[in-house]
Amino acid sequence: MTKITYIEHNGKEHTIDVQNGLTVMEGAVQNDIPGIDADCGGGMACATCHVYVKDDWYNKLNEKSEGEDDMIDQAYEPKKNSRLSCQIIVSDKTEGLIVYLPEKQV
Amino acid sequence: MIKTDALIIGAGPTGLFTAHQLKIIGLDCQIVDNLDKIGGQCIELYPDKPIYDIPAIPECTGEELTQNLIKQLEPFKIKFHLNERVDEVKKDKNNWEVKTSNGTKFSTPNVIIAGGVGSFEPRKFSLKECEQFENKSIFYSIKDKKIFEGKTVTIFGGGDSALDWAVELSKTSKVNLIHRRDEFRGAKATVDKIHDLAKSGKINLFTKYQISGVKGSGNLESVEITHENKEIKTFKTDYILGFFGLIMQLGPIANWGLNLNKKTIEVDTEKFETNQKGIYAVGDICTYPGKLKLILSGFHEGALAARACFKLARPNEKYRFEFTTSSKTIKDRLGVKSD
Repeated sequence: MTKITYIEHNGKEHTIDVQNGLTVMEGAVQNDIPGIDADCGGGMACATCHVYVKDDWYNKLNEKSEGEDDMIDQAYEPKKNSRLSCQIIVSDKTEGLIVYLPEKQV
Repeated sequence: MIKTDALIIGAGPTGLFTAHQLKIIGLDCQIVDNLDKIGGQCIELYPDKPIYDIPAIPECTGEELTQNLIKQLEPFKIKFHLNERVDEVKKDKNNWEVKTSNGTKFSTPNVIIAGGVGSFEPRKFSLKECEQFENKSIFYSIKDKKIFEGKTVTIFGGGDSALDWAVELSKTSKVNLIHRRDEFRGAKATVDKIHDLAKSGKINLFTKYQISGVKGSGNLESVEITHENKEIKTFKTDYILGFFGLIMQLGPIANWGLNLNKKTIEVDTEKFETNQKGIYAVGDICTYPGKLKLILSGFHEGALAARACFKLARPNEKYRFEFTTSSKTIKDRLGVKSD
């Protein structure tokens, strides 16, 4: 289990234990964290699990996969630290990861 | 006014198989979809991605699945209304009156919503000020390119639509192309063309910029863009085009008086009927205890909803369950020979 913190746009924090091997998106959906829609179910085919990664974490995560930036182009208000949470795998290396949820997904 | 036994909203796999089930039991139906092609999410989101959990089909892509479903429907010559979004569903005595965005009207006892995660709509600028110019000077799709002749057009986006239109409009307009990063995701030939046009001054290219403001009283006058490093530029423009792909929204369905649960519609598991008699929801858009968002569940839900439609479409007849392997009536409907 790895601790991941999701911070909603209104500032509400959720720190939960997510099983290693799941994605940050799955951790949110399985724990009913509001603000992540994941319409396509993790296929990197929509941009509705979009999160902003806390700055110092951005370079520590696995690199963006091919095509992820193309989908982020279609997200709501993408920024430099934007990621699709379905592409971030939870592992011991992500212990304490903090992600911010955008104002909305669509 | 088109009269039909059942109207299906959504031409994804669930909608297609539901049509098959309606025709098998002798009901007619028509299908409306907001997209310009048949296939729904399978075609729009993942045409090339393999699917592994369709019963008896070990592996197929979204496109192959769609092609096979269309083939399965061939004997029935179903009427599709593509590029049309259902906007209104109103009760009229025993029927539902349905109106689409193109003004097509239907009268039907049964409406089956197989709308997936809603209708695909273009993603818009998140800036509030953009709304007042929408469909006047700010567009998310192009209907008549002539209006841009001799004007300054500022295009946002980095995919094929943005690039293709930048190339096309640069022939007769002054074009600014703005994208939030250096890499474009369009076809390589088009991307090369864009860089050539930028070099020869035919297109003004700004990367790592995003829109941050629009100004104008009545007519659009200027646009403001902000660089990743916060540097701001403002320039005059007559039109702004945004091409950020499609997003899925429940859209008008939210206004039809149905019991909703987040972005899904609550149904029973006998008929897959909503709280409104004669309106059903099947596939990803419906919810009930134990719901799985799998294509195979959509097929099952559609098959049951189709049987429920029979009662309202043929109130004086009794529905008789038959197998396709043995029923002569069904074989006649399919146009195949009986033994």
